[in-house]
Amino acid sequence: MASVDISSTESAAPESVIHPLWVRITHWINAVAILVMIGSGWQIYNASPLFPFTFPRSITLGGWLAGAIMWHFAAMWVLVINGIIYVTLGIVTGRFRRKLLPIYPSEVIAAVKAALSGRLAHDDLSVYNAVQRLLYLGVILAGVFVVLTGLSIWKPVQLQELTALFGGYDGARYLHFLAMSLIAGFIAIHVLMALLVPKSLRAMIRGK
Amino acid sequence: MARIHKPIPGVDKHLLIKDAAKLLPDPTRRLFLRGAGSLGALTFLTGCDIIDGDGAERVLRKISSFNDGAQALLFNPNRLAPTYPESMITRPFPFNAYYGLDEAPEVDGPSYKLQVGGLVDNKKSWTLQELYALPQEKQVTRHICVEGWSAIGSWTGTPLREFLRGIGADTRAKYVWFRCAEGYSTTIDMPTALHPQTQMTFKFDDKILPRAYGFPMKIRMPTKLGFKNPKYVMEMAVTNDDLGGYWEDQGYNWFSGL
Repeated sequence: MASVDISSTESAAPESVIHPLWVRITHWINAVAILVMIGSGWQIYNASPLFPFTFPRSITLGGWLAGAIMWHFAAMWVLVINGIIYVTLGIVTGRFRRKLLPIYPSEVIAAVKAALSGRLAHDDLSVYNAVQRLLYLGVILAGVFVVLTGLSIWKPVQLQELTALFGGYDGARYLHFLAMSLIAGFIAIHVLMALLVPKSLRAMIRGK
Repeated sequence: MARIHKPIPGVDKHLLIKDAAKLLPDPTRRLFLRGAGSLGALTFLTGCDIIDGDGAERVLRKISSFNDGAQALLFNPNRLAPTYPESMITRPFPFNAYYGLDEAPEVDGPSYKLQVGGLVDNKKSWTLQELYALPQEKQVTRHICVEGWSAIGSWTGTPLREFLRGIGADTRAKYVWFRCAEGYSTTIDMPTALHPQTQMTFKFDDKILPRAYGFPMKIRMPTKLGFKNPKYVMEMAVTNDDLGGYWEDQGYNWFSGL
């Protein structure tokens, strides 16, 4: 771990650190927490589905409603505390500003076209293309959204102003589901891209 | 174990529980080992015995107890649950229990006596006539089920805190325990028992509480999930011991505050 320096500048040199240690740690803690939250959340959803489908039991967590609720309200602490640390460090170190901004619509469109024609370059992992910036910033916002809608379902009396903001208890349930769907959609693309560009997965484990 | 959540005919379709049997614990299975997909990822990343069924359950129950404390801190004793106009009442209001409506307790009104025990000065039992003579209030509030659905209902009865003061209950005690006709039970924290909207309910929608909704008496708490609102209440006791409850003992979060 001697080569990992949290305060190091993230230059494009091949052997320098792409993801500092705090990014890697919070990333993988978040990955576990979000998998537990989604798996248990699907089981909770199945108890009173909002749409005419349920999630197959083989991909849900908790076994039954009480078990799923236990998992959900245990992992929420991990998700929220880890999320606060990640977002705080992302802002304070300037990483978010440096890596995720600016996002220009014209660059996003160009990057999507390049990706679809298989010409999107990943030579320099330390610089995110416009689609990556959009997705990474978007999933951070979706994470904030999923926590706020979740809080408003959990505490619709104590936090009733928040619940009202999301259209009341029932509205908040739909928005919580929407937030989950956005995150699940992100994970599907994110995992696929990591598998297509294995060195990006290695960078999130080893740092470079 | 297959009988559960049988709705009354005509209940809104979105309130129906689609596959209710799933909600029941199956003692032949290990509770938390279902869901190989998510757990597979967890095993991969932790590589420890957290996925051991009993170990995981023990840890999760500890966190659930921790969450009871966190919720007690979040609970504001003066914070009122939102109320709604009568036009928003859900009709018909869903019947929900771990048995069907035809198996719901049939309590005999004329011979009913509410038993009162524990840390109270006056342990006399109360007939329905005596209970109905107490001052009553009406609330139109949202009932929220642990399953996720909700419904707005109208409940009329006596604030529990007035009754507890009247019988000289020790309100410094920690809990109030309720026992119901069918063997159901639940224990609640004293701050919730003293909340202004916690009610000994005798009427639903301005009519004497029907059998489906808990005749002769229900305890209505709009600050807690539905299963913490006992129906067919036969006995209550003020206590410093957590006597648990039907669902709480099976793993549902004890505080379950809203």
